[in-house]
Amino acid sequence: MNIIVVGLSHKTATVEIREKVAFSPNQIEKPLRELVSLDEIVEGVIVSTCNRVEIYATTRDIAGGIARIKRFMADYHHIPLEILESHLYNYHSEAAIRHVFRVASSLDSMVVGEPQILGQIKTSYGYAAEYKSSGIILNRFLHKAFSVAKRVRTETKIASSAVSVAFAAVELAKKILGNLSDKTVMLIGAGEMCELAAKHFLNSGARGVMVTNRTFERAERLADEFNGEAVRFEELFQHLHRADIVLSSTGAPHVIIGPKDVEDVIKRRRFKPMFFIDIAVPRDIDPKVDDLENAYLFTVDNLQEIVQANLAQRNLEAEKAEEIINQEIGQFFKWLSSLDVTPTIVALRNHFDEIRKAELEKTLANWKDLPPDAEKRLESLTMAMMNKLLHTPTTVLKKAGQGGRVDLYVDGLRQLFELEAAPEEAEELELEA
Amino acid sequence: MSQIFFYCTLVLYGCAAALYLGYLLHTTQGMATWASRLVTTGFVTHSLSTIHRFNSAGYLPITNMHESLSFFSLVIVGAFLLFVRKYKIAILGSFIIPLALLMIIASSSFPSAIHELNPALKSGWLWVHTTMAFVSYSTFTIAFGAAVIYLIQQHFLKKKKFGALFQKLPSLDTLDDINYRCLTIGFPLLTVAIISGAIWAEKAWGTYWSWDPKETWSLITWFIYAALLHGRMTTGWRGKRAALLSIAGFLIMLFTFIGVNMWLPGLHSYNK
Repeated sequence: MNIIVVGLSHKTATVEIREKVAFSPNQIEKPLRELVSLDEIVEGVIVSTCNRVEIYATTRDIAGGIARIKRFMADYHHIPLEILESHLYNYHSEAAIRHVFRVASSLDSMVVGEPQILGQIKTSYGYAAEYKSSGIILNRFLHKAFSVAKRVRTETKIASSAVSVAFAAVELAKKILGNLSDKTVMLIGAGEMCELAAKHFLNSGARGVMVTNRTFERAERLADEFNGEAVRFEELFQHLHRADIVLSSTGAPHVIIGPKDVEDVIKRRRFKPMFFIDIAVPRDIDPKVDDLENAYLFTVDNLQEIVQANLAQRNLEAEKAEEIINQEIGQFFKWLSSLDVTPTIVALRNHFDEIRKAELEKTLANWKDLPPDAEKRLESLTMAMMNKLLHTPTTVLKKAGQGGRVDLYVDGLRQLFELEAAPEEAEELELEA
Repeated sequence: MSQIFFYCTLVLYGCAAALYLGYLLHTTQGMATWASRLVTTGFVTHSLSTIHRFNSAGYLPITNMHESLSFFSLVIVGAFLLFVRKYKIAILGSFIIPLALLMIIASSSFPSAIHELNPALKSGWLWVHTTMAFVSYSTFTIAFGAAVIYLIQQHFLKKKKFGALFQKLPSLDTLDDINYRCLTIGFPLLTVAIISGAIWAEKAWGTYWSWDPKETWSLITWFIYAALLHGRMTTGWRGKRAALLSIAGFLIMLFTFIGVNMWLPGLHSYNK
C-alpha cells in the first residue's frame, strides 16, 4: 500500500487558480466520499486552505492513483485537466511522507513557522475521520505528522520569534514590562500599523486601550472598536500617565511629545517604565525621550530590524527542522512497510496450517489400531515440518527492510498462494508502531 | 567523610557552572536541565558535608574562613534553587553559580582542620545570629545577580541591540521584581541578624555594641538596603537606580563578610 499526494500551493499557482480548486469546508463530505469511491483510491483526506489544496490518499497503484486524483480534481471543479495539470505537483512513498511532514511543520508555508497550517490540517483530518474516508494508514500517518510538527515547533525556534512589526512590538513590550495583563495602551492618532499593534496588544492580554485623536469623533469610533476609552487630544497630557504603552502615529508635522513631558509623566507614574512606539513620519516623539531612564522609545525602523533578524533566524531553524523530519520519515516508513509483511506472514501460516490440519484429520480418520501416542507424534511431525518450511521465508521477509523488494515479495506471496489478508486486518493484529 | 562530600560538591558545582556559562552562549534546554540537576545534587552533597562537619565538630560550622565561605556558598545555592523554582529563569544560574563556585574554591584554599570552639562562641544565639546573616547575604547575592542582568538588558534596549543574548535574558520587569523580593526577604533578616548579634554580645561580653569593624560595616550595609527599601516603597526608586544600589550593597556586604574577617582586627576576626 502506498501513500500519494496530489495538489497545488501558493508556490505553483496564483490565487485565481487556487480559488477555483478550493473545497469548501462545510461541503467536504461529498468530495471525500467521491474520492474514496474511485477504483484506485483506498483512503483519502482533502486539505484546502487559502494557500494550498492537497489530497492525500493511499493506493496500490501509484501511477494510476495519481492520474485518477488529477482527473477527480479537474472534473469536480469543472476545469479542463490540461490547464490544471501544469500547476499540480505529486509525490509518492517517502517523498509524500516528507512533503506532508514539511507542510504540517509550516516549512512549506509563505511565512515559515506560521501557526495556522497545523490547525487547518487537523480540521481537514477531522472531517476525513468523521466521514470515514481515512483508514488505518492515513490515520496513523496524519497523527505522526501532527507529532512531528509539534516536535519541530518545540525543538527548534522556528516559530518562536516575531516576524511582523506588530508582533515584534508586543514581544519588545513584554521584554520591558513583563506580563501585559495589567497594562494599558494609548493610541495617539490613527493608522493601520498602530491599530494592528493595538489589536495584538489586546490579544496578548493588555487591560485596555485609550484612543486620542485631533478629531474626537475618530477617536470615539476607534475606541468603540477596541472597547476602550476616547480621550480628547487637548487632554492628552492629563491621561498619558495612565498608559504603559504608547503607540503614536499622527500626521503632525512636528514633535508632540518631548522629553520634559515624559519626565513629568514618569514621575507621576512613580517611575513605572513606559514603552513608546513612534510610527509617524515626521516623528511624533522627540528621540531624546529614549535617554530618560524609565522610558523606552522605538521607531518602526528599529522594529523592522528585529523582524529581519528573526526571519534570518527562522531560516536557520528551518534547517534543524528538516533534520528532525528526516529522522521521523525513516521511522514512519519502516512502520508502513511492516504493515504488509506481518499480515502476509500470518496469512501464509494460516494457509499452510489449514492444509496440514485437513490432511492430518483425513489420515487419522482412516487409520485403525494406532498406538496411543501416535496422534500426538503425527501432530508434532506435521507442525515441525510446517515450521521448518515457513522459517526461511518468514525470516527473509522480515529482514527485507523497506522499499521495493518487500512489496515484491509480499505481492508475489499473495499471488502465488492466493492469500487474502487486507490492510484492515492489521488493526486487529495489534501492531507495534 | 565531610571532606569527601566537600570535594564532590566542588566538582559538581564546577560542572554546573561550566554548563550554565555554556548556556549563556548556546541556549539549549538540555544544558539548563543538566546544569540544574548537577547543582541540585551538589547542594545535597554540600548539605551532607556541612551536616557531617557539624556532627564531628559539635558546633555550627562558621568559625573560620574555610567554614564560613563554604556555608555562604551553600546558602547561596539554596536561595538560588528556590528562586529558580519560583521564577523559572535558568539563566540566573549563569551569574549565580559561578559566584557560588568561586566561594567554595576559596573555601578549599583555607585550612579546614576542626578546632575546639572558642568558649565565647558557645551559645544558641550563635545559631540565630549567623544563620540570619547568611540567609540575608544570600538574598542580596541573588539581587546582585538580577541587578547585573538588569543593567545588561537595559543596555541592549537603549542601544537597540537585539542579539541572541537579549532574547535569552528575562524581562526588565521580572528582574526588578526579583530585586524587590530579595530586598523584602533579606532586609528584615539582616535586621534580625544585627539585633540578635547585639543581644548575644551583651550576654557574652557585657555590651550591646562596641563598634567592632564587623558591626560597623554591617550597619553600613544595613543603611544601604534600608535606603533602597525606603526609596522603593515611597518615591518609586526602581529599575536602574535599584540595580546600582543592589550592586553597591552587595559589594559592601562582601567586604563586611570577608574583608572584615580577613583584614580588620576585632571580635569577628579570624586572624587572632
